[in-house]
Amino acid sequence: MKVFDATKLSHVAAALQAAGYRVVAPIEDGAVVRLKEWAPGASIRPDVIPVNSAKDVLLPPSEVIGRTTFDGNDFTPQDVPVAAPRTVLLAVRPCDAAAMALLDTVFNWDYKDEFYNARREATTVVPVACTSTDDQCFCTSVGGAPDSKAGADAILRPADGGTKFIVEPITEKGKAMLAAAGGTIADGDAKADPPAAVPRRFDAQAVTAWLADHFEDDLWATVGLGCLGCGACTYACPTCHCFDIQDEATRREGVRLRNWDSCGFGQFTLHASGHNPRALQSARWRNRVMHKFSYIPQRFQMLGCTGCGRCARLCGAGMSMAEVCRLIDEESRKAAAK
Amino acid sequence: MSPNPQPAPIAATPRGNLYQPLVMKIASAREEAPDVRTLRLEFPDEASRAAFFAKYRVGMFGLYGVPGAGESTFCVASPPTRTGYIECTFRRTGRVTAALRDREVGQAITFRGPYGNCFPIETWKGRNLVFIAGGIALPPLRSVISNVLDRRAEFGKVTILYGARTVADLVYKDELAEWAKRADVNLVTTVDPGGETPDWKGKIGFVPAVLEQAAPGPDNAVALVCGPPIMIKFSLPVLKKLGFPDADTYTTLENRMKCGVGKCGRCNVGSLYVCKDGPVFTVEQLRGMPQGDL
Repeated sequence: MKVFDATKLSHVAAALQAAGYRVVAPIEDGAVVRLKEWAPGASIRPDVIPVNSAKDVLLPPSEVIGRTTFDGNDFTPQDVPVAAPRTVLLAVRPCDAAAMALLDTVFNWDYKDEFYNARREATTVVPVACTSTDDQCFCTSVGGAPDSKAGADAILRPADGGTKFIVEPITEKGKAMLAAAGGTIADGDAKADPPAAVPRRFDAQAVTAWLADHFEDDLWATVGLGCLGCGACTYACPTCHCFDIQDEATRREGVRLRNWDSCGFGQFTLHASGHNPRALQSARWRNRVMHKFSYIPQRFQMLGCTGCGRCARLCGAGMSMAEVCRLIDEESRKAAAK
Repeated sequence: MSPNPQPAPIAATPRGNLYQPLVMKIASAREEAPDVRTLRLEFPDEASRAAFFAKYRVGMFGLYGVPGAGESTFCVASPPTRTGYIECTFRRTGRVTAALRDREVGQAITFRGPYGNCFPIETWKGRNLVFIAGGIALPPLRSVISNVLDRRAEFGKVTILYGARTVADLVYKDELAEWAKRADVNLVTTVDPGGETPDWKGKIGFVPAVLEQAAPGPDNAVALVCGPPIMIKFSLPVLKKLGFPDADTYTTLENRMKCGVGKCGRCNVGSLYVCKDGPVFTVEQLRGMPQGDL
């Protein structure tokens, strides 16, 4: 059994960094804990659910996907090398690791996205099993678990009352990470702490079934009224991947940027003609729920939500995907009882 | 829901930048109507030309762009039977189309594609074809019409009904004149009431009404409808009344797109992605879509 002291997470990070990895971990950043690159001295907080998701590493908020040089009216596209440093996602959440199955699918379902794939291949995913939970967690409602190994290359299990971590390598990448950690992770003995008890808040299958024939329903107006359209939920979401492509240029050179976008924004689907298929916030909220619990299941036989609860923790209007799903579940029960 | 008219071919999977466009030279340009322009584009090399035409079928689309301004999605308006070039026709509307419009013959623009599915015209051999288009929506059908006329003997009767708001707004005026002269094409053109000129020889009236009047026969026929939503809305009941089954009536949808390849997440109508499952759909498929998402 491979173990290390819970207080020595920084030592592991330092060893991995010395071995050539970029280490991304939950790090104290002002008043919040954020997944970001670890540097010596940074405080790793595996006990706090970071505000952002691990998606940020694989699909950064903004990246250059095209570059052009200009010469008068002529232009020449330049190659854009993909920056894909070898990275360990250390002590991310099992719901972050589980989200990668969907990202992998979207970026490869027939056309392959090299920017994503290069980073994905260079990334070793090492979640920490959750031994505590908060009111917004709902992984168990969407097929996950606080100690799920889905998408993980290795998993850290808190042990001996939170004083140690047991490291279980799962894939070759996980084994390589373990080897790179050297003496900071050693043979030892410890008893894994029980995973957090995350209550099941709704029946996801019932939600998917209800959505199939409730595109038109009063519930959408009720739900949509609260939404400010700020996009925070989509930015914090570990599976949301929608992006915009925008050009910026000077007279000498230009870049084409891929930026995060959000289905919550009014311009997201706006046509050049002025027509907008999803002109109302309620239609946009419906699309968000439908996409995660109906469209993605139809297309890819998986859910588009891993129950991390970040959307609800951030929402300025107090909206919650789990709460909407619970409402839908309740609606479907009422309908069944009739 | 029935399967796609014709599934998009599986993409080749070379490693490389999916978003890197080709640089296409503008070989010629034509003003079609106020603010509507057609560009004829030549490929940078034989390999890219051959790769394009190995995949291209009528109905597919591409992303045309000007670096510094961005990319916009339009259909490929020329047929796969004319293999030296491609054409696109667009109306100047925003930043990208303004930049495209400002490019001159001899200069270059960028292109990515072809993407999406296509009209299943290989299954239409021997059948009568009825094309119904309005305004700037003739270009997606023009590639089919040109393709069919280039292989005229393989198809049955060809009827084209095309309308625009005014005579000036009719696009492809040269081709309309050519089609009008052909004995093997039945062309009906119309303009909205008030849009006629003193010497206008075509019909005056909205497309659905003119369609009802022209009454093309549904026997052994396939209908293709493309136009503004209002025209489609009122033309479909007419087609139904004339006896065209929904499964033999096709249209092509356009939604806002950024990637064109099923990743950027905005062109979906319900669970269908216009860029992957479309842009070509049968009216039967259209009716199966959540109408509030169109």
